[in-house]
Amino acid sequence: MRDGAGIVAPLLSIENVTKVFAGGVTALNGMALTLDDGDFVSLLGPSGCGKSTALRLMAGLSRPTRGRIRWRDGAEAALGVVFQEPTLAPWSTVRDNVWLPLRLRGVSRRAANPAIEESLAAVGLAGFEGAYPRELSGGMKMRVSIARAMVTRPKLLLMDEPFAALDEITRFKLNDDVLRLQQSLGCTVVFVTHSVFESVFLSTRIVVMAARPGRVVAELQVDAPPVRDEAFRTSAAYAEQCRRASEALKQAMEMGA
Amino acid sequence: MTTLDAAPLIDLEETARLRRARLERIGAWALPMLTVGLTIYGWHWVVVANDIPHYILPGPERVASQLVQDWSILSAALLVTLKITFMALTTAVVVGVGLAVLFSLSRWVEMSFFPYAVILQVTPVVAIAPLIFIYVENASVGLLICAWIVAFFPILSNTTLGLNSADHNLRDLFSIYGATKWQRLRYLQIPSAMPYFLGGLRIAGGLSLIGAIVAEYVAGTSGTGGGLAFRILEASYRLNIPRMFAALLLIALAGVAIFAATTLLQYLMLRKWHESAVTRER
Repeated sequence: MRDGAGIVAPLLSIENVTKVFAGGVTALNGMALTLDDGDFVSLLGPSGCGKSTALRLMAGLSRPTRGRIRWRDGAEAALGVVFQEPTLAPWSTVRDNVWLPLRLRGVSRRAANPAIEESLAAVGLAGFEGAYPRELSGGMKMRVSIARAMVTRPKLLLMDEPFAALDEITRFKLNDDVLRLQQSLGCTVVFVTHSVFESVFLSTRIVVMAARPGRVVAELQVDAPPVRDEAFRTSAAYAEQCRRASEALKQAMEMGA
Repeated sequence: MTTLDAAPLIDLEETARLRRARLERIGAWALPMLTVGLTIYGWHWVVVANDIPHYILPGPERVASQLVQDWSILSAALLVTLKITFMALTTAVVVGVGLAVLFSLSRWVEMSFFPYAVILQVTPVVAIAPLIFIYVENASVGLLICAWIVAFFPILSNTTLGLNSADHNLRDLFSIYGATKWQRLRYLQIPSAMPYFLGGLRIAGGLSLIGAIVAEYVAGTSGTGGGLAFRILEASYRLNIPRMFAALLLIALAGVAIFAATTLLQYLMLRKWHESAVTRER
């Protein structure tokens, strides 16, 4: 949809959204955020800053108390989610786990098979279709979870601290993979994290949040070369931006204390 | 200690571990057989050594010969008892699973009717049975109701627990993808509940046999049942102690067989369930 000036409407806009839980706790206060195509936005903040609440609101799992969340017309259903845990069905094979989103839309497995295989190949798990989740390592389970989120070719991918439980080597590898997948899918990503380094490495924008009440306190642009790789991870520019983000996070934590 | 290059690449600890594992595998079937054998021999010895008459305590060989001699009576009685047991178990599965699904679909229904299930469970079946036999004309139906009351609760409570224990994040995922209640039940809740249900089935299998036997006792010799409990009562009036033992032996064997069958079913179902996921086509 285009407005009068010929500019594409944002994929998702969060307009002054407040969420108050029934117990009276304000989980999120007056959040505003605009997501455009191809954005990679990290929500960075301490525990209790409402980043997971924001993600649940975007996923439609809960409704704002005040304000509203507006999708671009026709984009509402194009959503993929990756949780902190892999959240796979233990009774299903890797193939059937990835099939799930399509199956719930009534796509037969035969019809879904090309998309499933493509999705699994993209996360480097071709050949593991028949395996059960218990046979896989933590990193591989997370890859299946990502493949499942991608199988519907979502416009928006929500990731809630997906790599928090993984070791650093696996984490770096998955960070590289997520960037590559985002490029090939051309989707927008919202990535919740505790890690300054991860957020700078991945994002085009970092939204810094503070707790009590959960709110946005700063938004940083990340300047990075078009290809983010090992060279970027070890560059002075990367270190400088990590320092800036750390500073912003430190301030946010003092505000919430 | 020196190690030769040609020696197999396995150390003493691993060798010991292998030996232990092999011994355990043999012990798993040899030890129970040994203890059962010793018990039977001990029983025989007590009877012979003390010269106990068979109308007080028959020896094992006397019980075995009685079993062979009375086989036509006892096998017919076993069949009657097993029929009640299986019908009660089947009804318990149908009603228990049906109610559990209903409960999982509506919290209101669960809150309203779960107390009745508990009341039915905590009231001893021997206390309800006389009433049931007054109100129900057909003795077989009465027996079935008694056995069902005992067997259905573990199925209901386990399946309800299982249906409600699906992973929270998976539930969220189903919401995000707009799953219907039916899809949620079919693809999330039923698979999650399967291990719980099968655990309940193992308990209910044994309980339905106990329920059938207890109900036969309450119905007494006046009943038309003719099951194993009826034969035990009848034999006790005639002081036919060996036949009582033979019937008791059959009950115990039937219980073991039911336990073994439900355990095997549990194993096969969970296995097949995984395999069926591989070959499932729609």
